[in-house]
Amino acid sequence: MNKWFGDFQVLKDINLEVEKNKKIVVCGPSGSGKSTLIRCINRLEEHQKGTIIVDGSELSENTKNIEAIRAEVGMVFQQFNLFPHLSILDNCTLAPIWVKKMPKKKAEELALDQLKKVQIDDQAYKYPGQLSGGQQQRCAIARALCMEPKIMLFDEPTSALDPEMIKEVLDAMVNLAKAGMTMIVVTHEMGFAKEVADEVIFMDEGMIVERAETKEFFANPKSDRTKLFLSQIL
Amino acid sequence: MISKNFITNLYLGLFLILVSLIDVSLNSFFKLNFTNFLPGSISFFLPLILGTIGLYLIRSDYTGLKQLDILNKNVNTSNFNAVLTLLIIFLIIKAIPPSMSWMILDANISGDSREACTGTGACWTYIKVWFRRFMYGMYPNELHWRINSAFILVIVLGMAGLLATEKLKKYLALYYVIIYPIIAFLIIYYLISGGAFGLEWVETGAWGGLSLTFIVSFFCLIFCFPLGMIFALGRRSSLPTVRYISIGYIEFWRGVPLITVLFMSSVMFPMFLPEDFFMDKLVRVIIAITLFEAAYCAEVIRGGLQALPRGQYDAAKSLGMGYWKMHIFVILPQALKLVIPGIANTFLALVKDTPLIFVVGLAEIAGMLAMAKTNPEWLGFAMEGYIFASIIFWIICYAMSKYSYNLEAKYKTER
Repeated sequence: MNKWFGDFQVLKDINLEVEKNKKIVVCGPSGSGKSTLIRCINRLEEHQKGTIIVDGSELSENTKNIEAIRAEVGMVFQQFNLFPHLSILDNCTLAPIWVKKMPKKKAEELALDQLKKVQIDDQAYKYPGQLSGGQQQRCAIARALCMEPKIMLFDEPTSALDPEMIKEVLDAMVNLAKAGMTMIVVTHEMGFAKEVADEVIFMDEGMIVERAETKEFFANPKSDRTKLFLSQIL
Repeated sequence: MISKNFITNLYLGLFLILVSLIDVSLNSFFKLNFTNFLPGSISFFLPLILGTIGLYLIRSDYTGLKQLDILNKNVNTSNFNAVLTLLIIFLIIKAIPPSMSWMILDANISGDSREACTGTGACWTYIKVWFRRFMYGMYPNELHWRINSAFILVIVLGMAGLLATEKLKKYLALYYVIIYPIIAFLIIYYLISGGAFGLEWVETGAWGGLSLTFIVSFFCLIFCFPLGMIFALGRRSSLPTVRYISIGYIEFWRGVPLITVLFMSSVMFPMFLPEDFFMDKLVRVIIAITLFEAAYCAEVIRGGLQALPRGQYDAAKSLGMGYWKMHIFVILPQALKLVIPGIANTFLALVKDTPLIFVVGLAEIAGMLAMAKTNPEWLGFAMEGYIFASIIFWIICYAMSKYSYNLEAKYKTER
């Protein structure tokens, strides 16, 4: 798969397959195309050449098809992107009610259940502006899970957080991973990668430089670029 | 903190300020001049000089006396500001007696003819006699109850939304955007126009005064907002046809003056219509103003849409929402909240633009004034009329702007 921003090629010949229930961590220096890659998976970015197949159906121009795929793919953003005009509970129930046509009662039960899993069910009636960054990000995870997605994408979920709050968000993600969710995580948290990832992908300049089993990746990285990156980050 | 020296200065300063204020007040209210033993120019400037010295003496850094600190921090920061402050206070004191005597003390309000106005002040009798005309235009006197009851009905129906239960809340937007305008139109059409249900027909040419201001403003406001919203979205659409149509529409209406639009609607437009097709002048005017203001609304709303971070769109899309769901539930509620001040601005301008319908022969309150002041029996009372109209417009506009502040506060959920 290839992608250009104007004349600039951000993704070069990406060839990546993720099996069900696998947890993949994508790392690499900034500007290497990690975020663009996972934003392509639910077509927040359009790719120009190649094919992307999500859960058996190919991403195409067809809007209905795209919306159906997005409903199956949860995403968590760096800046949380909660809806500030809605309460935490409404943030979580909005999409299930209007996209999946779930009855309101059932959607609320589901939302409270998901909020409980990330331990902010006591904040359900507050607004996003009243919560700390870590709480907001956990709410964003719960919001994505309320759509009962098959895959979860995380786009640097902890990069905008204070160090103290990173742990609570990572804990929520670890629990999710242990529950067997298929996850693609862009992150710099190598501790998280070591703990839950099945495979680690290292990207630089729009290409996948190295892809390896987690242990292998940290123990003997093959390319020099990866070694350099790991030596700086660890 | 406060030295003994400063306390002396404080008393002296306050005394001097008091003297200067008393001097000006006596001069203004009782035409007394204590200081006429002094040469003319010194006597004229004396209060200002005394006041400035007084303010100089009480000026100080933080003292701990609350009122004094507020005064020093806000108006008494330098000699220049002290002089300006005194001048403004003196001007107000000087302006009170003449305006009071014109508006109240020497004014007349009794009687019902021109002869009743014998005083040198305002002739409120004029307003009293013409009051019904200013409110209802040339609408027959004995039928005014029809206008009143139509307005009451429309207001009551407008407030009905407040009573909506949780279950009906989701239909509120539908109610206000589509159902309510239609019902309001029917009420106003059948009650004020008549011609059915045994009500006598009154042609729209006879409508006028403040009630016409309300009718025109009301319909233009409720129609131009949704229309503006559609064009704002259209201008940001990714479909080129929709986008260019919206841009063309907005730029066309923003480029022409309202007064020519009104002329066109009443003079040119009927020429293009089939002969047996009749559209009332008032309806044409309302449509013209609505189309015109919708372009302004569209640009204000577009400003709000652009202020939203891209992440909001991303988040809504990533949850599987399509274009309309994303806009209805996520984007528009936030964007419209952001543009409340701008929309209030546009709406206020709209209300104050309504007097322009005078050019097509419809006389709302300012138009009725213009007619009344040229009535040979009542020549020379233009001032009273314009003050009256200004007060009424001010009340309407102030109420609207207050309401917009309330809305802002009500929908404020961010920190």
